[in-house]
Amino acid sequence: MLLPFYLGPAYVGFPSPASDYMEHPIDLNEHLIKNRTATFLLRAKGVSMIGACIADGAVLVVDRSMTPIHGDIVIASIDGDIVCKRLLLRPQAVLQSEHPDYPPIMISDCADVELMGKVTAVINQFK
Amino acid sequence: MTIALVDCESFYASCETVFRPDLKGKPVVVLSNNDGCVIARSIEAKQLGVAMGIPWFKIREDYLKKGGIVFSSNYAFYGDMSSRVMSILRSLCPKMECYSIDEAFLDMTDLASHYDLYEFGCYIRSVTKQWVGIPVRIAIGPTKTLAKVAAYQIKRRDLPSKVMIIDSHNRIDMLRSTPIREIWGIGSRLSHHLHGMGIDNAYALANSNIATMRKRFSVVIERMIRELNGEPCIGLEESPSPRKQIIVSRSLRSPITRVEEARMPLSNFVARAAEKLRSEYQHCQRMSIFIRTNRFSNHRQAYIADQQTFPVPTNDSRLMLRTANGMLNKIFRKGYRYSKLGVILDDCTLVSSVQGDLFLAQDTHASKLMQSIDQMNQKGARIFFASQHGTFSYPRNQQQVSQRYTTCWEELPTVS
Repeated sequence: MLLPFYLGPAYVGFPSPASDYMEHPIDLNEHLIKNRTATFLLRAKGVSMIGACIADGAVLVVDRSMTPIHGDIVIASIDGDIVCKRLLLRPQAVLQSEHPDYPPIMISDCADVELMGKVTAVINQFK
Repeated sequence: MTIALVDCESFYASCETVFRPDLKGKPVVVLSNNDGCVIARSIEAKQLGVAMGIPWFKIREDYLKKGGIVFSSNYAFYGDMSSRVMSILRSLCPKMECYSIDEAFLDMTDLASHYDLYEFGCYIRSVTKQWVGIPVRIAIGPTKTLAKVAAYQIKRRDLPSKVMIIDSHNRIDMLRSTPIREIWGIGSRLSHHLHGMGIDNAYALANSNIATMRKRFSVVIERMIRELNGEPCIGLEESPSPRKQIIVSRSLRSPITRVEEARMPLSNFVARAAEKLRSEYQHCQRMSIFIRTNRFSNHRQAYIADQQTFPVPTNDSRLMLRTANGMLNKIFRKGYRYSKLGVILDDCTLVSSVQGDLFLAQDTHASKLMQSIDQMNQKGARIFFASQHGTFSYPRNQQQVSQRYTTCWEELPTVS
């Protein structure tokens, strides 16, 4: 639990003018996660999504409760593998990498595709 | 009343496949602590004929040859997935009882007049599947016992929708096809007795004479009969009642023959049990220890146990360790190869509700000492008692444990 506390010393004489304006400290969870129950963290491996600012080793915030639409970055399982790609529905449904070396995956070519959730944020940490 | 029983399908096995889509359609089993027995099976593993509770070594070779997948139990992961499922259920129906790690009762009485129950059940199922990846079954009835009957019928009929409502139209039919041993709360002994009286399905029990049955058995069976007839007798326990019993026991990796070898693991189990007890603000009145040989080995068999009642309920590790080691010295017999031992704390009650003994001074120093030790250990210190020999890790033998996908930064699922 985060406990707010007053910045600065307690004033014996005149009370702190800040005491009426107490707010909670900023919480990153609140900013990054809208639906805690349906949100999972995954780790990106490789550079196939580097064009979308997803570096090797980045932490992906994935919300399974959101229905992905055209243009969203998604987590999908394709024939047993879990991948992170951009979902394009037009002109045809493809899962596209953000790196010139990785060709797009035509959804119609895969035997078994399941969208597992939408990537709502990426956390790249500098060493 | 309208009660729904929501239970997760092959829960542990389902958890293991959430981040492993490559396992879809394959037999998956999960083993108990120390990889002893099978405690969860995917549908495909059930179809292979793997029995619930069967010792792993008996099926291992054959099962793996058939392409089966095996996992050691990963409770850190299952616990997190369970709390996610429960939190979805609570958001859909606030009146709820978490019945076990993978089952909950929902009181849908207030919702029943606003929603089509069948559609609501399907909705619950689609939300848990989409949000957490865990499929659930929803069995709905006017009482808890009837909801349990409906749950059995979903399994028996292998309903693809996994939603079943028991009502006045289909009740008789459902009860007739529910064998007596499948009724909630009926164990093998009671079921044997009832068979002897010619009562072999739920319908026969529902129509038996309440007064006679109460006299012959107990009020428990009266409640069962009333519940089977649609009269609610067992309420929802919305706040979990404190645990009445704590058990800590493990199989040892290699068998022991001398009392000195038993002391260290036993002391560790007692210390762990005492810690659990205190973490729930409880005292216990009674402690038992047991030690036994491997049931599946060809050596001489022995199961010995002893118990002791404390004059005042306690959660003082020092007293409990002294008592446990005293019992161990008393009951230990040479000439056997023991492979499992454990400690059981009984009659656990909340500290605040303990009756003090006028003639035995309450030791407030003890509770302060225990509190300090627990706090330091939670922060990563290693305070232990001499008989524990400084080890907190009991021998674990888990070969196939999966990642702690949701509770450990180093073990997050990876994507390419």
